[in-house]
Amino acid sequence: MHFRSSTPAYDMNIEGFHTGEHLANARAQADARGLDDVLVVDVDSHHYETDNLAEILEYIEDPALKQLAINTYAYKGATSVLVDQPGYQDGGGRVTRYMERKHEKIDLTGRPREVEQTLRWMDALSVDYACLFPTPMLFLGLHPQHEVEVGMARAYNRWLTDNVTPTCKRLKTMLYLPFNDPEATYRMVKEFGHKEGVIGFMVVSTRYKPVYDNAYMKTYALLEEMGLPLSFHASYHWNDQLVSLTNRFITAHAVGFTFFNAVHCANWVINGLPERFPKLKVIWIESGLAWVPWLMQRLDNDFRMRTSEAPSLKRLPSDYMREMYYTTQPMEMVNNMEALELTFKMINADTQLLYSSDYPHWDMDLPSTIWDLKFLSEQSKRNILGLNAKRIFNLDISDRFPAQAPAAGAMAPAK
Amino acid sequence: MPEVFVTTSDQLPEGGRATVRAGKHEIGVIRAKGKLHAFLNLCPHQGGPVCAGLMIHKVEEIIAEDHTYQGMRFNEDVLHIVCPWHGWEFDIETGKCAGDGAVGLRRFTAVERDANVYVIV
Repeated sequence: MHFRSSTPAYDMNIEGFHTGEHLANARAQADARGLDDVLVVDVDSHHYETDNLAEILEYIEDPALKQLAINTYAYKGATSVLVDQPGYQDGGGRVTRYMERKHEKIDLTGRPREVEQTLRWMDALSVDYACLFPTPMLFLGLHPQHEVEVGMARAYNRWLTDNVTPTCKRLKTMLYLPFNDPEATYRMVKEFGHKEGVIGFMVVSTRYKPVYDNAYMKTYALLEEMGLPLSFHASYHWNDQLVSLTNRFITAHAVGFTFFNAVHCANWVINGLPERFPKLKVIWIESGLAWVPWLMQRLDNDFRMRTSEAPSLKRLPSDYMREMYYTTQPMEMVNNMEALELTFKMINADTQLLYSSDYPHWDMDLPSTIWDLKFLSEQSKRNILGLNAKRIFNLDISDRFPAQAPAAGAMAPAK
Repeated sequence: MPEVFVTTSDQLPEGGRATVRAGKHEIGVIRAKGKLHAFLNLCPHQGGPVCAGLMIHKVEEIIAEDHTYQGMRFNEDVLHIVCPWHGWEFDIETGKCAGDGAVGLRRFTAVERDANVYVIV
């Protein structure tokens, strides 16, 4: 693979990319910290469904859409049915795995190629279980045709639960919900909620549907009844009217990945949804953590002056937010460790925070980002890296930690 | 201080690189801007193999005298090496992080003698 530099003298060629070699330093980190003896659950990781899009398109149920998608895909590629965005996630080749991973040589084993590729990075990072999400589909909530979101979501979910999750117990998923269509969203939970490897459902937050719409209440009730978490996965939308004011990807990303989740979270709390669905576990994914104390403080301050506008709340907004769950990545590891420590305290990280890598994306975080935090006790590190996830997803970890009984509480170290 | 053989000089042309293990360290030796540069192959961010990354000149903005933005260009006087894991950039001559001068790569001395390259550890 050829990487162009600023001048030809520094152009670079990389041949024979291997995920395990790319992450050899991560493996060394895990060994040095003894992480193989620690339960590590990665609540947000990705694959590229576009690697298998031809197969996935065959799963589209609507015959007219399927015919349209397959023929358009033949000349146009993934954007035949998926929405693309301007953006430079790889930083112009600086993060090399974007260009390399697609051509990685992987011996066929009877399992899909990406299962083997995923296991390579999981083993390097010492991740025991990974929740796998798609990548380009994270823009699908912006598709102007809601029936395309529904059709692709159903095709992807059927393909994933037919071909990927049944082949490896270490791979889990929170399935994509076509949230622009509330009825299809409800049917998805009903139909796929009991599939092997499905540990919850995911809404890509980058869209223009409010979470308080009455049309979603039966879905929230169903998820609560089934004991399955609902997660909101951040993304960005550079053409959003506000975000389009930014002129660099760094800004679109830094703002965009927090903005939509912050709005949905504020709506969730102020409309009293935690009071209506007190047992529904809600997870906010890939917005980092710094936005949470900001929103807590803003809402608490306003709520005391405008209580009548949020009459369902029996407590402060931050009290409800402290009962939600948050994934770690991309954790803001700035030079002020006190800010991070305070953030952990404000969100009750010990019980509410869930480790996530976001691998293979450019801002991925290794387990060491949690394990090396000096202000955490070892038990807190274990909780955040895996035991909190084990508890809220009711994970059976006996295949990786045979001494652990299925669903046996969250606090015992997985030794 | 002990010297560790890295490679022969002809295997390390301008823009070339080689890594060598010295005890518990993996050290990358790079020839760039006509000189040898040696760094611990460990990014101070999250431990990525920084010496395997792309070398590319520093990007800078073109700001006119009237303070208006006129575009971007490469500054060919400043060469960076980029960690392939996350994109942290480091000045190849100083090892300092381009985005935060308070952190940098651990440097070693590389020497060339009798058409061989060594690193002093």
